Parts: sequence; structure tokens; C-alpha cells
Amino acid sequence: MRGELLPLTMVVPGREVTLISIAGGRGLRARLTDMGLNEGISFKVLHSHRPGPCIVLVGNTRLVLGHGMASKILVKEE
Amino acid sequence: MSKKITIALAGNPNSGKTTVFNNLTGARQHVGNYPGVTVEKKEGSLEYSDYDINIVDLPGTYSLTAYSLDELVARNFVIEEKPDVVIDIIDSSNLERNLYLATQFMELGVPLVLAFNMSDVTDKQGLMIDKAKLSELLGTPIVFTVATKKRGMDELLDEAINLVEGRTKLRRTTVGYGREIQEELTKLEDILLKDKILTQKHSSRWLAIRLLENDSEVIRKVKESSYSDEILAQVEKSTHHLQGIFGDTPEAIIADRRYGFISGACSEALQRTYEVRHTISDKIDKVLVNRILGLPIFLGLMWLVFKFTFKLSEPLMGWVETGQEWLGNFVGGFLAEGSAIQSLVVDGIVGGVGSVLIFVPIISLLFLAIALLEDSGYMARAAFIMDRLMHKIGLHGRSFIPMLLGFGCNLPAIMATRTIEDRKDRFVTILVNPFISCGARLPVYTLLIGAFFSERIAGNALFSLYLLGIVVAIIMAKIFRRFLFNGPAAPFVMELPPYRMPTVKGLLIHMWERGRVYLKKAGTIIFVGCVLVWFLSNFPWSPRYSKDYDVLIEQAQGNEEMVVRLENEQAFEKLEKSFAGKLGKTVAPVFKPLGFDDWRVSVGLVGGFIAKEIVVGTLGTLHSVGEADEESPSLRAALQNQRRSDGSKMYNPLVAYSLMVFVLLYIPCVATIAVIKRETNSWRWPTFAAFYTTAVAWVIAFIIYQGGKLLGLGI
Repeated sequence: MRGELLPLTMVVPGREVTLISIAGGRGLRARLTDMGLNEGISFKVLHSHRPGPCIVLVGNTRLVLGHGMASKILVKEE
Repeated sequence: MSKKITIALAGNPNSGKTTVFNNLTGARQHVGNYPGVTVEKKEGSLEYSDYDINIVDLPGTYSLTAYSLDELVARNFVIEEKPDVVIDIIDSSNLERNLYLATQFMELGVPLVLAFNMSDVTDKQGLMIDKAKLSELLGTPIVFTVATKKRGMDELLDEAINLVEGRTKLRRTTVGYGREIQEELTKLEDILLKDKILTQKHSSRWLAIRLLENDSEVIRKVKESSYSDEILAQVEKSTHHLQGIFGDTPEAIIADRRYGFISGACSEALQRTYEVRHTISDKIDKVLVNRILGLPIFLGLMWLVFKFTFKLSEPLMGWVETGQEWLGNFVGGFLAEGSAIQSLVVDGIVGGVGSVLIFVPIISLLFLAIALLEDSGYMARAAFIMDRLMHKIGLHGRSFIPMLLGFGCNLPAIMATRTIEDRKDRFVTILVNPFISCGARLPVYTLLIGAFFSERIAGNALFSLYLLGIVVAIIMAKIFRRFLFNGPAAPFVMELPPYRMPTVKGLLIHMWERGRVYLKKAGTIIFVGCVLVWFLSNFPWSPRYSKDYDVLIEQAQGNEEMVVRLENEQAFEKLEKSFAGKLGKTVAPVFKPLGFDDWRVSVGLVGGFIAKEIVVGTLGTLHSVGEADEESPSLRAALQNQRRSDGSKMYNPLVAYSLMVFVLLYIPCVATIAVIKRETNSWRWPTFAAFYTTAVAWVIAFIIYQGGKLLGLGI
């Protein structure tokens, strides 16, 4: 499984992932960057109602990502 | 004579900004809107040492880009109104992310004080912050605060005043963007400085950075400049150049550099004494947002919220009614019995005020409960839990609470949509909310189901109405999302705050704010609507009656039953001959295809605009049974036996059902309209809501009645 790209909605809770790309417009990307989610960053998926919304741990912040949002974020499991 | 200064409070959502605001200003607050937008503007004032300080609570934002309305409002306020000091409230347990906003204020060149809030939490987490060093690195004064315990508030004001009086000795620092970007920024600044008007208001460096970040608002401003061609050509050139070097957009690199600057400063001034352990919040979340347990727990909590608000508000609403009655009798006693002026005062004015006040207990209590969920941090979890379901209908988790509250009352439900950030989502949620069957519609169902449905299927009939409301709301939400508010679904990303113990003061302030907004903004409209309907149903004041009731009642004295019958008959005839009665008769044919062509029902529906339960009372008067409620057997019997002039029965179960569907879906009550006006800040949406709901109601009732007839039901 290692190294495969998958949308954030599919990640099993507890896994550490690296953000590879955000499939979205400028606004969406800017919003995520403002909240500390930029490409290349690593974070942990704390909770997930797979496939659907999830809660992730970025640095010391917990972020809730809605289903629509999470499906636009492509990550790689570490 | 004290000196006047303005301080703006900025900060990320959940940084404790509102608590700081409440601490500083206490009760001296007022809420308005920023000009032209629906973003709430909170202001307050206080006196401190020699200063008369006006405090403006800016919207909570993560950044100062032009992507969201809140951010734009915050930014424009700082640029246009030039507050003397900006205090940026920073969640210390989450420094690096929170400092991102601070770097943007630094770039704007505003006098800045950083409040490191919740500093007690960092102590517990074992994070040591070297305040002196960090404030030197960032070039801004720093104050440690614990807003929930009111610690550090005076120091915050002291630092702000030091800044105003020029006593702060800190060298401004700027984010270093590296040689390549700096070169492009200088080129841009050189051109920008040619435009004196533009650079008088904004620092040229800030403009240059924002241009490289492709800020739509700044680009719009620059387009008005006489040097716009030259500037924009340079922006294009620089962007292309930087993209060539870094292989990424300049905005991404700039954001990177800002984070780099922050983590550089933090790594020098911060010391972690031990690893952050799993906080209590994480443990609680294991249960509360659990895949399986999360939903039932949430529904259980919501059930408690309903129980709490409705059980507690019932007696309070009773008091309001009693008070209204007492006041009506008291004031009415001074006026001539049976005169138009007495009726105006008692039924029109006191009744109107009563209609406004009757909602106060339920709104206050519901918002107290919501504030509790919000302040404790649970609301964000609820949005997460409901997101999967709401996603399917094109909305997201945050729209769920308003929908649910609609079952109680659409008023607070629509007011609760404020927690939805995205305008499109918010408006869709507002527009479909009236279809959620509120408590006031229940008496109408009770009356009609009791009269026309056997006990065996009564429960199912009732349930089907609630379900129909939900289904219509979902379908309309989908339609609106598709045609009226189309475009990509709003990004739903939200910080999950740690659980906190809410403070009593915070809860009361939240509750009071909502209650006051309702009274001030919606109260007037509701009141005017009530007086209007009073007028319609009472005038002409002395119609030409078919009998001389006064004489007949006089003669019948002693025969109690006769008097009551005559009085009821008179009330009936008065209403029949009133403007409302005429209106009812005029519009009655419109309802013929829906099965109920009784003009009495039409008059009831007109009255239902005040509050849907009024339909019952009006039907009571129009069937000459006097003051009736939904359990009244005489009214039920009257409805069952109602016949048309050709002798056919007016009602059967199918007609009754069609009528209930219409009452469920047609024009929301005046209070709901008033709140929609207040929340959307224009008359356009409430007008639209009034018409489209009525159209939907007609169409669906038509389908049900005609479809039912084809299937041979209810004959």
C-alpha cells in the first residue's frame, strides 16, 4: 500500500499521511494553506467516517474536513 | 477631557477573542453590520486611564486574503478606519498557526499588540515561551493573557496605550522573502510609488506582496490607478519569473516563507519541556465522534436540548400569555367596552406585543442550549458527525443544527444559520427551513386529524406530514443548490477546538445577544403584521348585520346558552363581513383544485400568516363555536358536518390531508419572514420565500388531492 496516492476520505484513522496535492481552485488552496495544510506537509488522521469527513492533526491543531473537502485532498500514506 | 482611541480585536476563530472582548467591554456593547454586508460588527467601549477606548471586534479569521467576506471585512476595517491599535488574540497552544495572521498585520504596518491567550494551557503542555525574545524577533509587544480568568486584560490595554503614546521601543521586523522575491517586490514597489494616491493609503510593500499573491481585491484597486497597465505588466512578469525559479506559484512560496519566518522565531524563543501528551479532548473524542456511537450520542443530546427548551419555555410562555391577558384587561378597562379603540388596544397592540414576546422564552432558552454546545466545543464535533449525511443533499454538517431546530420553531433555527460561514449554504438553509414543521403547526394537524382520521392511522398521518416537510426541504435544497446558488460546494474545513468549560457569563451574553437581535430587528415587523391582520379581520367595524344582535342579546338575558350562541353568531358574521372575510371569499376559488373551497378556510389561512396555530382559532370563530382549540369536539363536529350549498360534504379525509399539507408548506409566519429579512439583510429573500413556499404548497396539495381522487381515496 505504501506510496500510493489516495483521497483523504479513504485513509484509515491513525495513519500518518503526506499531503501531495489539492484538487481545487485558488480559493480552496488558499483556505487550506491559511489553516496550515500546504502541499508537502505531513499530518495524522485522527478520526474518519470513511468514506467521508475526517478529523486530522496538523501540528498541534485538529481540523475538521468535510466530505467534499477531504475528497479533494490527495495524500500518500507513510 | 479624555482622549479617544479605537482598538480593533483580531484573531483566529476559537482564539478566545470574544471572551477578551466581553471582558474588556462588559455590557457596553452594541451589534451592527459592516456597511453593505451581513457580517456582524460588534463594538463596545470602556474608559481606561485617560482614554475613552472604542473596541471593535473584527470577524475571526485565519488570514487576511480576499477569499472570504470575513477576511475582507477585517482587512478593510484596518485599512480604511485605521484603528489606533490592533490587538491580535493568539491561541498560545497553537502558536505557529495563529502567528500567520499576525505576520499579515505586520505587513500591513499597523500598530500591533499580540495577546498570547490561554497561556495557562501552554504551561500545562510544558511549553515555555521566552516573551522578551519573541517580541523582539517579531517586533511587537506580547502580553500573556487568560481571558477566561480575566488575566492580563489591564496589561493588554497598557501595552496598547504605550504604543499609541510612542513609548514602545521595539524595532519593526519584516518577513524575509529571500533575494529572488525581494527583488521582484522592489521592482513592483518602484512602479507603485509613482501613484501617490494609492500608496498614501496602503504601504507599497504590502501592495506589492498582495499583488504577487494574486489578491483579487488589490488587483481591482490597482486597476483604478493611472499606472495600472505598467503595474499589472510587472506583476505578470514577476509571477512568471518566480514561477520559473521555484516551480510553484508565488503565493505558495510567500505563504511558505511566512511559516518559515514564524517557525524560525518560534524555534529560538520556545522551549518544550516535555512532549505534548494526549490531551483530555482526544480521549473524549474517542467516544463522542466515534463512527458508531457519535450519531446516537448527538441525537440524544439534541433530544435533551429540545426537552430542556420546550419543557422550560412552556410555563414561561404561559406567563407571557397571562401577562398579555392581564394587561389587555387592565388597559381595556379604561376604554369603552366594545369600541374600536378598545379592540385596537387590546387585540391589536397588546396582542401584537404579546405575539412578539411569546417567542422570547423559546429563543433565549434554545440559544442558551446552543451556546452551551458551542462554547464547550461540541458543536464542531456535531458538524463533523452530520457531515456525511448532509453532504448527500448538497449541504454540509453545519446546516444540520438549524434544520433540527426548525422542528421546534423556525425562528431560532434561521437565526442559528449564522454559524454557517458560506453564504450560499447559509441562504439555502434559510430558504428551506420553513418546510420543517414547527410546533405551531401541530394544533392544526391535531384538529384535522382528530376530526377526520381514525385513531388507528392518526399517528401515521401525523408522521407523514413531518416526513413530507423534510422531503420537500431536501428537494428544494437540491434545486436551489443547483439553480439558484450553484457553484462548487463550500469548502468545509474548520478547526476543532479543544473541549472547554463554558463560562456562565459567556453563555448569558450569547443568549442575550440573540434575544436582543430578535426583539429589535424582528419584533417591529411581527408587531406591524399582527396589527395589520387585526385590522383586516375587524374592519369595517360595524358591518350591516343580518340581525340586530344587540337587541336580541338584550332580550335573551338570563338564557345563558342563547346569549353565547348569539354572541358566537355575531362574531362569525363580523368576521365574514370584514376585509379578511372578503379576502377569504375572493381567494377561495384558488383552493378549489386542492379540495377545500370553503371561504372559512381561506380566512383562516390569512390569519395563519401571524402564526399557523391561529388557523384553528379562526376556524372556531367562523363555525360559530366561539373560542375553540384543537381538541374542541364542537369544532371537529362542525367541520365534519360542513356542507356546500349543493349539499355535498365539504370535508373528507383526503381534503383534510390536502389542507394540512398546505398549512405545512405555505407562506411562513410573519415572524419567520421578519427573521429572514433580518438575516439576509434585504427584503428580496423574505419576499421570495413567501411566494415560492406558497407555490410549492399549492402544487403539492394539488398533486395529493387530485392524485388521491384518481385513486378513489376519501370519497
